[in-house]
Amino acid sequence: MTDYDVVVVGGGHNGLVCSAYLAKSGRKVLVLEANDVPGGAASTREFSPGYSVSGCANWLYQLNPDVVKDLGLRLDYAARDLSTIGLSPDGKHLTISGNVVTSDHLSAKDKAAFAPFQAKMVKFARLLNTAFKRRPPKLVENNIHDRMTLLKLGIDMKLLGKEDMQELLRLALINMYDVMQETFDDELLQSVLALEGVMGSHMGPRSPNTVFGYIYRRLGEVYGFHGPAQVKGGMGVVGTALASAATASGVEVRTGARVASINLKADSAQGVTLADGTTLTATTVVSNADPKTTFEKLVGFRNIEAGTTRRVSNIRMKGDAAKLHLALDALPDFTGLSGDQLGQRLVIAPSMKYLENAFNHVKYGEFSQAPTMEISIPTVNDADLAPSGKHILSATIQFAPYELKAGWDDNKKVFEQICIDVLASYAPDIRSLITASELLTPADLEAQYNMVGGHWHHGEISLDQIMMMRPFPGATQYATPVDNLYLCGAGAHPGGGVMGLAGRNAAREIIQRGKKA
Amino acid sequence: MSAEDRILKMLLPTPFHDRVAAVCETNEWSNWKGYTTPESYTDVELEYFAIRSGTGVFDLSPMVKYRITGPDAEAYLNRLVTRDVSKIKVGRVGYTVWCDEQGQVMDDGTIFHLAENDYRLCSYTHVMDWMSWSALGFDVSIVDETTEVAALSVQGPTSCSCLQAMGLAGLEALKPFGIMDFTFEGVPLMVSRTGFTGDLGYEVWVEPALAVTLWDKLFAAGKPYVIRPVGGAAYELARIEAGFLQAGSDFVPAEETVRIGRSRSPFELGLGWLVDLNKPVFNGRRALLEEKKKGSRYNTVMLDIEGNKPADHAFVYVGNKQVGNVTSAAWCPTSKSNFAIANVDAAYGKPGTELVAEIYYERELHWTRIMAKCVVVEGSPFNPPRRRQTPAPAF
Ligand SMILES: Cc1cc2nc3c(=O)[nH]c(=O)nc-3n(C[C@H](O)[C@H](O)[C@H](O)COP(=O)(O)OP(=O)(O)OC[C@H]3O[C@@H](n4cnc5c(N)ncnc54)[C@H](O)[C@@H]3O)c2cc1C
Repeated sequence: MTDYDVVVVGGGHNGLVCSAYLAKSGRKVLVLEANDVPGGAASTREFSPGYSVSGCANWLYQLNPDVVKDLGLRLDYAARDLSTIGLSPDGKHLTISGNVVTSDHLSAKDKAAFAPFQAKMVKFARLLNTAFKRRPPKLVENNIHDRMTLLKLGIDMKLLGKEDMQELLRLALINMYDVMQETFDDELLQSVLALEGVMGSHMGPRSPNTVFGYIYRRLGEVYGFHGPAQVKGGMGVVGTALASAATASGVEVRTGARVASINLKADSAQGVTLADGTTLTATTVVSNADPKTTFEKLVGFRNIEAGTTRRVSNIRMKGDAAKLHLALDALPDFTGLSGDQLGQRLVIAPSMKYLENAFNHVKYGEFSQAPTMEISIPTVNDADLAPSGKHILSATIQFAPYELKAGWDDNKKVFEQICIDVLASYAPDIRSLITASELLTPADLEAQYNMVGGHWHHGEISLDQIMMMRPFPGATQYATPVDNLYLCGAGAHPGGGVMGLAGRNAAREIIQRGKKA
Repeated sequence: MSAEDRILKMLLPTPFHDRVAAVCETNEWSNWKGYTTPESYTDVELEYFAIRSGTGVFDLSPMVKYRITGPDAEAYLNRLVTRDVSKIKVGRVGYTVWCDEQGQVMDDGTIFHLAENDYRLCSYTHVMDWMSWSALGFDVSIVDETTEVAALSVQGPTSCSCLQAMGLAGLEALKPFGIMDFTFEGVPLMVSRTGFTGDLGYEVWVEPALAVTLWDKLFAAGKPYVIRPVGGAAYELARIEAGFLQAGSDFVPAEETVRIGRSRSPFELGLGWLVDLNKPVFNGRRALLEEKKKGSRYNTVMLDIEGNKPADHAFVYVGNKQVGNVTSAAWCPTSKSNFAIANVDAAYGKPGTELVAEIYYERELHWTRIMAKCVVVEGSPFNPPRRRQTPAPAF
């Protein structure tokens, strides 16, 4: 007899989703989360007394509706279907709301081109969704489920029609820079969209795979999000809500419980040992931790074959996104923005050249001298996050390398200052309003959220690391080269973002295999 | 040789090259993993008989050698190769194979346990990339020392006497697969009782600077014991007669295969005895367990073939059905047997199985085909007691 049917390592949103499905299938499930709160990168943290912010992910825009329904999840939104505002230092902003882009400075041609472009991207995202809702097919084995998935994907692609299909194949391999150049004339519009193709990745607008990155984010539209949503109480509420749903389904969730090792007998997982020395046995171990943490730290490279260690160590997963959190005495005055506009998604990416330059630095282990930013001022929509009358600014910053050549210890303050200077060129009064600040570099995100590289997706989303290649060949379909060990986090198919599909698909796979046994 | 020479020369000379070239009357050379080595010196048969009735000396320097040191050296090797390395004690040598993760043999070789946490691995292929990948998670250092060690294989019934005469006192006490350290001309010289001939024999390891001196002293001391240099052809004949597999001839190292299905597992090579599935992990283990369950595709067998025509590359039949082919074959002069190593379908591997080899041979442009009866035999035809005797017999 084992202590549990399933032990889930990590209580990130995917781990919690997975655990809830498994408990509903009648299994005795334990979730072990290293941090003191559940949710992982879906977190709310108090970075200064009285000031709480979404520590990692700011916006909810990809949460899968099946997951919400199956788990009976109820989330309060402080705001939904927010607009994206592309900032310009002289106040000539543009606003994207759903399929409409408005700006005093945009040509009629660009305005007219926007809706069809978005519609095409969403159409492709729909196609992606076909593959994302299921386990990825295996390359070699001739399995009936996999053939159905491929068949469905094939039919869906056929249904696209010849022109769209050719277009998809063309786009999938080129880059946002080219697509933007051929679609729009306005530099700001080009750049605001191009940023979406590179967010969370180690890619510039001219990098291949960036169109895929853009389409990936359009899944939100398929899932009923017409623009990002802000969860009341911050992203951490997604974590706590999922933890409650899991608990209600019979899952035992332990926080502050760091797993030190996944224990094997030969090549089969038997359970885990916690940092405090407790050993627990389980029939199945599921890891929500990223694949490098799972195999290198928890399983241990020495305990698995070299083919696997090599593939795991080759996964590209060094994050370039940092978080800046500012406590503000009052709402800052962004040139040309009205008060209610401050609650939208604000983007600093004036041109693709700016974006490409910002990216160039990380290739050489430096941070951007003029970074791009995706800004949330959550207190506009959710006053409870800060003391009355006070405000918070939370920005996702690109590009800051995981490994800074000059070392982060001595240079964090320098980069923070650069970021504040960039903000000040759009909101000149901001410096005088700051009462507290926090910069989380990818290295800090790694330490805070226990994810190697601090990577948004637990591993780059690019054509060589998706579908049957995710997280690496030989570990697709959530099972791994260690028997009874499964992956359920962002590192697995389909990837990151607060979406829940990796957790759901992994649970389904485990349940399916259990039936066969 | 200078670093520049190494770059400019397409084939490298071994540390013995000056001496080798001086006595290589046939001037027949071949390429052994990037080194110039002689196919023969004078006459292949004479050289072969030196191995079997006197002493044959073979320049082994091109053999790829890795030095593995560090606190995790044993654990690392244990994950790398199929056998249990902890059983190879200090001062001992072990034959082994290593596999890729499909359980296919990448190479075979020998592990020398030189000292605590200090090993040498000798292989046929260059595998630094695989060795380095395999080192992830282990505290080891891996150095390719192929160019830093010169080696001679000294094989035959009088080999011990030759080496003793050269001053290696006490060598007769060395057991098969044992290692002994000596001082030679003031520098360390290592001798292992190993070889590829199935006979009494030793391999002598020294730094390249002393190579020529070693050659000269050995041949001077060995003169009364019928010593002569032997080339690749004679050595090959001896190893076939001894029933040893040769990478590149009897199997294709897995990394070198291009076509699917051309590699072989240890079980399929008859090397299952080198696989310890009780080890919790080693490269290829999962695939090999699977193979144990599902069954192997092939068998490697030794064949005793009727007649005296070597069955080189012969197809092997049961009735009209082709069930395999010969990978190495020779008329073996000492054991007076027509012997072959063959790869056959798994069903036909049992000793005693009768098969037919389709042999082609040519005399003055006239080709003849014979369907020679053969039988699967358990061991090689050449296996003299002196191979195992300790103390080694003196002459
Ligand atoms: C800077 C940044 C901004 C982002 N912004 C957005 C956004 O706006 N919108 C969006 O949708 N997505 C965003 N993302 C991506 C999103 O946050 C992640 O992809 C997602 O949260 C991953 O969820 P997960 O459950 O798969 O993994 P995680 O949330 O990383 O969960 C893994 C869990 O495992 C735990 N763990 C690890 N090791 C151990 C151990 N040894 N023992 C016990 N527990 C362990 C961790 O503590 C963690 O809780 C952002 C990511 C970053 C880095």
